[in-house]
Amino acid sequence: MTATSVDSTRTPPTNNTTTAIVEARGVHRSFGDTVAVAGLDLDVPPGSVTVLLGPNGAGKTTVVRLLTGALPTDVGSIRVFGLDPTGSDGAAVRRRCGVVPARPALYDRLSGWDNLRYSGELFEVEPAALPERIRDAAQRFDIEDALAKQVGGYSTGMRARLALARAVLHDPDLLLLDEPTAGLDPESAKAVLGLIDEIAAQGKAVLMCTHLLLEAEGLADQVIVLDRGRTLVCGSPDELSERFWPRARVLIDAEDPGSLDRMRSLDFVRRYERNGVATVELDREESIPDLVEALVANGVRLRRVEPQNPTLEQLYFAIRTGQTSNQP
Amino acid sequence: MNGFSLQRAWTIARTDLRQLRQSRDFWLPLAIIASLFFVIIPAFLLGVITNVSDVKLVKQLGDLVGSLPQGLKSQVKGATAPVQASYALAVYLFAPIAIIVPLTVSSAVAANTIIGERERGSGEFLAHSPASEREIYLGKLTASLIPGYFVAAIGFAAYSIIVKLLLRPKVGRLFFPDTNRWILVLWVLPPFICVAIAIILMISAHVSSAAAAQQASALVTLPIILGVAYTVASGSLFEAKILAFGIGAGAWMIALAALWRGTRMVKRERLLGMGG
Repeated sequence: MTATSVDSTRTPPTNNTTTAIVEARGVHRSFGDTVAVAGLDLDVPPGSVTVLLGPNGAGKTTVVRLLTGALPTDVGSIRVFGLDPTGSDGAAVRRRCGVVPARPALYDRLSGWDNLRYSGELFEVEPAALPERIRDAAQRFDIEDALAKQVGGYSTGMRARLALARAVLHDPDLLLLDEPTAGLDPESAKAVLGLIDEIAAQGKAVLMCTHLLLEAEGLADQVIVLDRGRTLVCGSPDELSERFWPRARVLIDAEDPGSLDRMRSLDFVRRYERNGVATVELDREESIPDLVEALVANGVRLRRVEPQNPTLEQLYFAIRTGQTSNQP
Repeated sequence: MNGFSLQRAWTIARTDLRQLRQSRDFWLPLAIIASLFFVIIPAFLLGVITNVSDVKLVKQLGDLVGSLPQGLKSQVKGATAPVQASYALAVYLFAPIAIIVPLTVSSAVAANTIIGERERGSGEFLAHSPASEREIYLGKLTASLIPGYFVAAIGFAAYSIIVKLLLRPKVGRLFFPDTNRWILVLWVLPPFICVAIAIILMISAHVSSAAAAQQASALVTLPIILGVAYTVASGSLFEAKILAFGIGAGAWMIALAALWRGTRMVKRERLLGMGG
């Protein structure tokens, strides 16, 4: 498993639904008896990165297909750039979308160059500008030396990079990525995540499906956790932290680690574990200064006090656990 | 621009043809079949029969010529039995090849084109692209028609040269290609290929594998081939040009209806491998 994160330097966008690039309301989609998406509500503002999290079969790929109009909804409405992707405006919507499917969907018999040219022509890139765009996209993903070769001979990583180059070739306003780093080495995966951040910084929107929580860390402005077609939760990482991670967690180290065991008896300490450093869960964040004061008053010489924000992975499992325990 | 784009349909067709050109394992057997039926077998048989000297065989050939349509026999009155037989073979008995081989080639390509997108997973790219379902259909149709017509044109030219080289010195005049052959190639062949491809594309949208599409295409092309072979062999196409025109006109009407219906069979869902 490749797990690479990126530190975003973007300013998080405000969630203004009137200018949302994607607006989905009450979307349902089934395949026979299998419910793929059940009641999805989604707003993707410009300049944002939305991450769809969920296990295999959660409905993430179906969401991507619904957004481009590749699949029609059973119930509910979807507007992308204010247009209906399944109606007569479908071509206009798709022209402004770049999609990286879970399987790269490349033409193995064609060269990398011909794959990119085909996409450029279908997405109506100016013919005179197309060769330059192809070279730029290939260079960005480090495949320019392989462009003349048949794609059938590409490695998994090269195929993934070619699929990414193809998706950004026509400079889309909405980038839909279904497990974009699957099969990539850590360097390439980091480059992809950097690209996502860069695209969002240009005011474009990115929707990324993944089950690799670490790679969404620091990148997501909005997280949607799906399970069996249902939206378990939706919100920014901070909002989700407040809802599903209400207690403050602190890492504490001292010159004499054994002296930290005195914390057990404090009223506001809810949980205490020591394995080298101590991990303490407090009733609320405001109790951290009280904790420090109490320890110092007891003669503990502190070396480290580090409040912990939950990782996306911790949040995800907290959400999943919470949902499971809430089920009848 | 949200309307129908011929340019985009042509882009799809051209890319399919480029892939076909790169797939030697696919087109080589088809090229061998075409050269076998258009060049090797006719050259061998015409060469052998024209030069037959065995008395018993000459008599048998005379009997064969006797059973040919009257219009055809009058064209070679006075020639020797082997020359008459070669003439009959050239303009009459080999005629179905002009339809059978291009039909086989186009059917094979058509059976692979949509289902191939699904099998290779590249259909997902097309499904997310701005190309409309009608543009995709027209692109796939064009990519299937062109190889068939290409084979028909090249095969027809090669066959004409063989007939000219082997039979003109014996018959004493240039008799091929005659009017009937032009009607067959330019008027009767195109709609039959269109009908076959339209049906195959419709079937392709419903089956789940290229193998199933190939089998279905054989089921479609076989009755057409038998029908054409019978029409030609019974002399209908050669006895009455009006009938040939009529058969062509009927085939065109069926072809247009099938093509129109076919435009509704390509769905994005099916390109994704669903709803098949």
